[in-house]
Amino acid sequence: MREVIRMAYRKVAIVGAGMTKFVRRAQETGKELAYQAARMALDSCGMTLKDIECVVVGSAPDAFDGVHMKGEYLLNGAGGWRKPYMRHFVGGGTGVFAPIHGWLHVASGMFDTCLVVCSEKMSSCHPHPQGAFKTIFDHTTEQPLDPTLIWIFALEMNRYMQTYGITKEEIALVSVKNKKNAMDHPAAQLPMEITVEDVLNSEVLAWPVNRLDISPASDGAAAVVLASEHVAKRITDKPVWIAGVGWNLDTAYWATRDLAYPRYVEKAARMAYEMAGITDPRREIHVAEPYDPFDYKELHHMEGLLLADRGKAVEMLVEGKTQRDGELPVCPSGGLLGVGNPISAAGLMKVIEIFLQLRGEAGKRQVANEPRCGLAQAWGDLMQVGTVIVLRR
Amino acid sequence: MELEKFELGATHFREEDLEEGRILSLHWKPNLKYAWDNGVAIGRYLAELKEGRIIARKCQKCRRIMLPPRMFCELCWRPTDEWVYVKDTGTVNTFSICYINWDASRLPEGVPPHIPAVIEIDGASPGMGILHKLGEVKPEEVRIGMRVKAVWRDPAEREGSITDILYFKPEGRE
Amino acid sequence: MKSPRRWAMQEKVAVAGIGFTRFAPVTPDVSYRELTYEAAVKAYEEAGIEPKDVDSFICTSEDFLEGYSIADEYCNDQLGAVLKPVQTITGEFLQSLAVGVMHILTGRFDIVVVQALSKASNVKTISEMVNFAFDPVLNRPLDLTPWFVAGLEMNRFLAEGRATREQCAAVVVKNRGNALLNPSAAYGAKLTVEQVLQSEPVAEPLRSLDIAQNADGAVVVVLCSPRIAPSLTDKPVWIRGVGWASDSPTLESRDWTDAVAVRLAADMAYRMAGIKCPAREIDFAEVNDEFSFKELQHLEALRLFGEGQAGWATENGITSLEGDLPVNPSGGALGVGHLFECSGAQKFVEVVLQLRGEAGARQVPGAGVGLAQSWRGVPTTTAAVAVLSAD
Repeated sequence: MREVIRMAYRKVAIVGAGMTKFVRRAQETGKELAYQAARMALDSCGMTLKDIECVVVGSAPDAFDGVHMKGEYLLNGAGGWRKPYMRHFVGGGTGVFAPIHGWLHVASGMFDTCLVVCSEKMSSCHPHPQGAFKTIFDHTTEQPLDPTLIWIFALEMNRYMQTYGITKEEIALVSVKNKKNAMDHPAAQLPMEITVEDVLNSEVLAWPVNRLDISPASDGAAAVVLASEHVAKRITDKPVWIAGVGWNLDTAYWATRDLAYPRYVEKAARMAYEMAGITDPRREIHVAEPYDPFDYKELHHMEGLLLADRGKAVEMLVEGKTQRDGELPVCPSGGLLGVGNPISAAGLMKVIEIFLQLRGEAGKRQVANEPRCGLAQAWGDLMQVGTVIVLRR
Repeated sequence: MELEKFELGATHFREEDLEEGRILSLHWKPNLKYAWDNGVAIGRYLAELKEGRIIARKCQKCRRIMLPPRMFCELCWRPTDEWVYVKDTGTVNTFSICYINWDASRLPEGVPPHIPAVIEIDGASPGMGILHKLGEVKPEEVRIGMRVKAVWRDPAEREGSITDILYFKPEGRE
Repeated sequence: MKSPRRWAMQEKVAVAGIGFTRFAPVTPDVSYRELTYEAAVKAYEEAGIEPKDVDSFICTSEDFLEGYSIADEYCNDQLGAVLKPVQTITGEFLQSLAVGVMHILTGRFDIVVVQALSKASNVKTISEMVNFAFDPVLNRPLDLTPWFVAGLEMNRFLAEGRATREQCAAVVVKNRGNALLNPSAAYGAKLTVEQVLQSEPVAEPLRSLDIAQNADGAVVVVLCSPRIAPSLTDKPVWIRGVGWASDSPTLESRDWTDAVAVRLAADMAYRMAGIKCPAREIDFAEVNDEFSFKELQHLEALRLFGEGQAGWATENGITSLEGDLPVNPSGGALGVGHLFECSGAQKFVEVVLQLRGEAGARQVPGAGVGLAQSWRGVPTTTAAVAVLSAD
């Protein structure tokens, strides 16, 4: 009985997409960035705001913009005026959760179209956006130690390297690959050709993290348009279906978990795979955009996504299997490392990349293996949340 | 719809443009203050830290001894059962050598790097760690698996805070 | 594109259990985790479930209300939601509730938990926090107390003859009086219209007694699909319609008289519930009364009273507990306490209790269809509505 009901929900497609460039500091306000991305998304599929029945917005901590209830502030830029409008927030996982939140709106049958917007303005936070992250640690048991965001990545990277015997040289290949891939991305903030030595010689921020291991703080926005099946087919002849969604949150007591493996990413992936009917992700996922705010995260997440055995993602990387012309292209967009990291917009950028790849519209970034199924994944909170979306042509 | 066919938004400017007034800006320093109720579990945790002790809570069902203490077991979904004192020694689960402050500024020349670490505390369940810092140790000597002991603040200066422990140092050092 | 369609009464979602703590001005003995745990234990107990049975959890919070970033991180342990699908809606409880309803309507989720919490007492700089939501370039530099926005709106509302100051004061008297019958309420009191009119001016025409005081509290609600409701509860209450909408966020381009967002949200909820004449089909309502005049403005936007009628109705007892359409039988925010993002949760819980016949001394006789409405407060125009029925 439960099986029958599971199949009964409506099919939802992504029919249009838009994004701004990702830059270190933009002249535009968060509202204006949202507008630019939303406008482009509507234009890309020939729709207007009148066609949109509801709007959802994803945006990372209010501390960046310096506006409490940031969702309210962004709403007119995102097209939410006099519409059902809502903001969700799951930390860094937000960018991939945004289309999931939109999916709920349309798959429930309550709406036929939904505009999903992610807008980020990190540059307003002075002296440096990174400072805002001090407040993500427990206010009583951790903040008095003056922690910095880099700590969590460094602690996790160290544990991951130590547990599986992976070296910084190997991990640096992710940064090299992604920043090079980004040279073909029109919105990219830090496209560049670098070598492993460049990464290892870059400034040590918090060992084992060097400057070129990490993605930059950015301003930027992205948007997608979702539509129910019968509407999607009228808008475009290349709808990309949301085949599976999954999300999962682990305990806030992060120091009691083994940081070497993101088990919550696995649970989110399994939830999405089950919904998509995927039993062998390594063969059925043709292109992947896991979250890569730091280079080791791409590997960490590939394992959580069950695309590689634990500790073994690095082998695929070293053997070139994750290049655009490889067996399983990973981060063909250039990822956060290359395109930039305006937190929520970055996650949605990955979703848009898969959308374009599946339609054969990724320009110079187009992967060679004619993908029909891809996934995007984001991660966030205090190393706690995994959000996964599986798309299919 | 290749991205290349569109004109993408967002207009970049540099820090100098801001500093030299070519871009107008507004500054606001928020005055936001909070006083979080510690509640039963953390209230006791902090009170014990003031006395130079680390206290945990035990759940009889899963038998975990939990740090920081909590009045409910989030896995068994039941109230925890008893207070348990744990030791102030432990094992380093992971660490980092940090050269920047919380606001991304670099530590001044000559100031030793910070060494944040997750320390699994003896007496608590395996893997039950807390975040803290290491001290009295050279960065190159730190190892995952290293045994450490808490160095406490002078009793007269303790406030009932996690910083009543100044840092953890390698065990066996005087 | 066609307009949103009509829904039959068959599309409904069950409330299988509710849990809530006291609503009190301070709760110094418990942390936010312990407060939520208490509400969750009660809700799960009522629904006869364990956390592992739940398919999705939805939390409600805003970073600057909690005082730390990414409040989502810290919401799940106290719900037993470890390694489960959890999301945070940075909005108001009734919006989270709508997300919960959408989950169930997809057919993929059977049991969904929705949570909200207020620890307003832990915010030592409340007006700075509210001020922090204002447009940083155009409004915040004016450096006014944020309640001025409500003052402007009240002035306009009164100037257009929609109500008198005495009628607004009557709302305060009614709600704080109702709160005396509500054991969970923090601010029950026997007041007179005179007292309200003569209380200290804050942002004229708003006086201090026109403004709800803050309170702490936590609420957890268990929703389920109609299919499994019978196995969880023998007294389900049904969510028939939900709606939510936002009007302009900017002060410079909004309607100062009417709560347009409330009207849009209500219309959406009524359409979903198949309600054509709300004034006749809704038996009682819990509406946002963070400021006294707001209750009147919202009642009219909800189409429960005609333009300029809500004030008259209040003065003449129509919205009292004994009247034809009791409004805020719980005491509303004025009587219970203003709970920020958790406000709609308190209203929701009251509607459920009333529909179950469990509202004690404040029971509305024959309560069959109830409505809960929230507004996110100054400076927003965002509102949400839920319509519930006893069968």
